[in-house]
Amino acid sequence: MKSILTFFALAACLILFFACQNEKQIEFNRYYASGQVVYQTRCQNCHGAKGEGLAALIPPLTDSIYLKSHKDDLACYVQNGLKDSIVVHQKSYSGQMPSVDLAPVEIAQVLTYIQNSFGNKLGLYNVEQVNNNLTKCK
Amino acid sequence: MKTLIIAIAIASGLFMETACTSNSNTQKALPIYGNREPVTKTVNGKTITDTVYQTIPAFQFVNQYGKTITNKSLDGNIYVADFFFTSCPSICPVMHRNMLNVYNAFKDGNNVKILSYSIDPKHDSVDVLKKYADKLGISGNTWWFLQGNKEETYKLANNYLVAVKEDSNTPGGYIHSGYFVLIDKQKRIRGTYDGTNTDDVNKLINDIKTLQSEPAETIAQ
Repeated sequence: MKSILTFFALAACLILFFACQNEKQIEFNRYYASGQVVYQTRCQNCHGAKGEGLAALIPPLTDSIYLKSHKDDLACYVQNGLKDSIVVHQKSYSGQMPSVDLAPVEIAQVLTYIQNSFGNKLGLYNVEQVNNNLTKCK
Repeated sequence: MKTLIIAIAIASGLFMETACTSNSNTQKALPIYGNREPVTKTVNGKTITDTVYQTIPAFQFVNQYGKTITNKSLDGNIYVADFFFTSCPSICPVMHRNMLNVYNAFKDGNNVKILSYSIDPKHDSVDVLKKYADKLGISGNTWWFLQGNKEETYKLANNYLVAVKEDSNTPGGYIHSGYFVLIDKQKRIRGTYDGTNTDDVNKLINDIKTLQSEPAETIAQ
């Protein structure tokens, strides 16, 4: 009898543990999946299905170091477009990126997708971060 | 009785085989698009009827090197045409990402060319087009980016069966269809392909090869 009780107690602990793990994972998955749709409809034409960009005209999205060091600017780039030339993978890109009309939550979703695709692994970018960053656009 | 059945089986087998081969032959020849009209003329005392197909009319543009390009510059060439503008935010990048595949497939040959007509000649000066070509990695004379009179460009687009329109409500200011149009050596339209669709563009590359192996026609238009 006692051993059965211990077994149930252990099982309950394990279930709780995985439930917590799962909640984070589920949130990430939700952002990532929605972000993929946003990417395909709003970004892929220019940046490519594999984030490869287009020759020297459009920068690729595969430079994890650039993404990480510009983490707080990315939401502004999406919302307001980008006029200044930037350096990605040691190459300079000077074309204009048009502004993309997206809700903050969509920006968070697409940035989560980009930051965890094409060889990048930078984790969740949630809507609170986006809202916070959007107040500081230059 | 038995031999009769065998004979029928063999005959139908042969029939099916020829049916299949003739079928694949007709599939290989590309259709000719556009309007056509029969023309009756007298040659050596005999009355013959010929079909005259729609062709691309004469035009004059300037390419990214500042050189004048006319319809005569394309004589003896198969070519692919599209309409774009360098500041296009919507479908042009994906069109030219796909067109790069066509360019890479035929850049070393000498009878295939690509023409990209700018529908925004005011912004797309020769200088702007040259920079665009450079950034795309285009050199030599396989792919020309053309600039000319705006009205002429729009009229010419109709001849390529491509729709182009100015619209201030659209991002970028222009509406245009992303079609690649395949033109043969007689300047007839032989195919239209969705330039935003990779599969369609792969079909274009195959169709160009089919056109290259088409026997030269003796009837001059």
